[in-house]
Amino acid sequence: MSDTETPEEEPVEAASPVEELLHDAPVTTSFGQTVLHTDVEGYADLLARLHAAGFAQVIDLCGVDYLGTDRTDLPASIQPERFEIVVNLINHAERSRIRVRAQVADDVDVPSLFDLYPGTEAMEREAFDMFGIAFIDHPDMSRILMPETWNGYPLRKDYDIGRIPVQFKGAPGQR
Amino acid sequence: MGLFKDEDTGRTVLDDGIAGIEHNFLTARVEDLVNWSRARSLWPATFGLACCAIEMMATGAGHYDMARYGMEVFRASPRQADLMIVAGRVSQKMAPVLRTIYDQMMEPKWVISMGVCASSGGMFNNYAIVQGVDQVVPVDVYAPGCPPGPETLLHAIFTLHDSIENGELLRRRAENGGGAGIEVAQRDGQTAVAIG
Amino acid sequence: MTIAEDAPTTDAPDTGFVGDASRVMSRDNAVLRLSEAEAGALSLDPEDELGESKMIINMGPSHPSTHGVLRLMLEMEGETVLRSKPIIGYLHTGMEKTGEQLTYLQGCTNVTRMDYASPLFTELAFSLAVENLLEMEIPERATWIRMMMTELNRMASHLLFMATNGMDLGAVSMMIYGWREREPLLRFFEKVTGLRMNHNYIRPGGVAADLPDGWQEDLIEYLDAVEPRLEEYDILMTGQPIWRERLQGVGVINEAECLALGATGPILRSAGSSWDLRRDMPYLAYDEVDFDVIVGSYGDSFDRYAIRLNEIRESMRIVRQCIEKMPSGDYRAQNKKVTPPPRARIDESMEALIHHFKIFTEGFKVPVGESYAAVESPRGELGVYIVSDGSSTPVRMHVRAPSFVNLQTLPHLMENGLLADAVAVISSVDPIMGEVDR
Repeated sequence: MSDTETPEEEPVEAASPVEELLHDAPVTTSFGQTVLHTDVEGYADLLARLHAAGFAQVIDLCGVDYLGTDRTDLPASIQPERFEIVVNLINHAERSRIRVRAQVADDVDVPSLFDLYPGTEAMEREAFDMFGIAFIDHPDMSRILMPETWNGYPLRKDYDIGRIPVQFKGAPGQR
Repeated sequence: MGLFKDEDTGRTVLDDGIAGIEHNFLTARVEDLVNWSRARSLWPATFGLACCAIEMMATGAGHYDMARYGMEVFRASPRQADLMIVAGRVSQKMAPVLRTIYDQMMEPKWVISMGVCASSGGMFNNYAIVQGVDQVVPVDVYAPGCPPGPETLLHAIFTLHDSIENGELLRRRAENGGGAGIEVAQRDGQTAVAIG
Repeated sequence: MTIAEDAPTTDAPDTGFVGDASRVMSRDNAVLRLSEAEAGALSLDPEDELGESKMIINMGPSHPSTHGVLRLMLEMEGETVLRSKPIIGYLHTGMEKTGEQLTYLQGCTNVTRMDYASPLFTELAFSLAVENLLEMEIPERATWIRMMMTELNRMASHLLFMATNGMDLGAVSMMIYGWREREPLLRFFEKVTGLRMNHNYIRPGGVAADLPDGWQEDLIEYLDAVEPRLEEYDILMTGQPIWRERLQGVGVINEAECLALGATGPILRSAGSSWDLRRDMPYLAYDEVDFDVIVGSYGDSFDRYAIRLNEIRESMRIVRQCIEKMPSGDYRAQNKKVTPPPRARIDESMEALIHHFKIFTEGFKVPVGESYAAVESPRGELGVYIVSDGSSTPVRMHVRAPSFVNLQTLPHLMENGLLADAVAVISSVDPIMGEVDR
């Protein structure tokens, strides 16, 4: 199915020992999809370059917590960190997609994309709510899904799922 | 007692005047009458939350037609409703709202917990979902299914009608000291939090 | 007429987008940057800094026209909405967390409960993402069954929109009509998948079951019955002065604003952008069927209504082609790793029983990597991003829900409109809160 999933992808050379660069960022191919890698410092600049290159829409932005997971798919120049911000963009003119994966260490704030792509507002709030990744210069950095007084960040790997053991009781007592 | 000839139809009709009333009396206990009328015009509050709300709407629409049971008026204001159909999963953020709406409803009031998510949390046994709406409001009838089809919901409604008519609910409430006297004890899933 | 323009089929879309996005780039004016506590304090204080004539009112989360549990904070000046802020999360179900505990085979059970008006699309996007990670080939028949079922689901979803849109605007009879058309469709789904909603029908590797006997006749009968009824909708609503008055020019947005806000689907198309993943980035077998992309030109609520009505017609075209061209063959990939053995084999062979047991208890392992798959759901681009560490459960399963992103257009659509029009605007965005909050 890979050919129908990401059609008309810009032809990108397969990853080789020598790092390929696209938009001045190390690029890899993941199951037929183009992925750019960066860190917190290069993140805003890379997105600005992509914006200038015609990627008019941020289609998705989400966080990933890699705590306890081995990383094998990063280029050598990218230092793996615990969190990742994953941004999917669309270039409507070329009908192509591109994905940016930015490495974010624990307790490091990330520049907000609001001024480039105002549509990331809710998505960044969701990443903050679920992972505790704060975005600098975001207009309204508050919880979006959980109640405002909630403790902890639910999608972190060290946050328990909160499963309540199901027990089957006998005849009900009062009520 | 007198027989009169109706001028228009030419028929002879019986007209006893006020004395005839004694033949047309129906005697019943007030409680039965009240229960009967309550069961025949339950007005549900719109409380659609998730998937089940779609099936609840389907029950109200043409094919299943809840209007047959005097229930087509989904009231937006809880103060005008007798029945709360909790249709869908109740999140930790929604639970206080749900309780507020329940408290705003006038007595007597009933609750149907529609679907497994409302009844027990269903497949979402996690930090976000209240594991059973009966922790927040007292539930009279549980409708199983994910989502329960309109038939299941109608069956739940019939079950509720029966209970209302039999006065079962009132008796039980009298024993427990009132229907709304349920403690709001949320198990909010935060016990096992390890923040790192 | 604003509708049914044939979109260019081969030319690339223009790079110069129509309109100016500066309105949505503003940090202060468009969206109310107040927390709930601040807003509460403001509305309590009679001498608030907003001035005497302005007030903040709260709409939802239990409100008949907020489509579930959407809550809006509106700053009003008389009847005019100045700024507004959608507050969501009242249906947050933790599905992305639960998805990390479920195997890839169980994952569809989870994601199908997100968008409960069009559950098959989430299953499809999830399956496509997993199949991309597995680098699997899907039999042709499975692909066409998927396409046909999702198009039927698109019809069901848009019919639901017709019903609720009518109800929100006071055309209550429309609600009954929308449900009348939707009901046989749900019954067909029940026949094929076993459930009216939340099907868990499209799974990694194909679909759960083959189509039942006589499905062609059922569908043709249904499509023939629905077609004249759509004409009735046109008489009842499209051409009706009250309906047009209520929707035209309400909630206007332009193309540049849509793109800046990430809006997709009918909202983007209503602004004149002909962008439909089915045509522009075809998945399944959409490059083998003939259909038009419906594009509006004014970006108002009426265009969004008309686009959805005509998308029902286009879906019917696709379904008819699917009935004609439905290939024979297997309905799921015969991949020992992914698909369970046929039921009959389990009775005969111990190996098959063990195999079946292992697939359903442990699940199958998926290669290390990450993949994003997107489909055009009735509400816009629905994407699933999966990160796998090589085990049988994902490290991260993220769903890009179109309603979640589209909801950001609400404050801009409502700005300087009337409160009564706010209801029309919410309805025309057609958010499904299960998908917004996940």
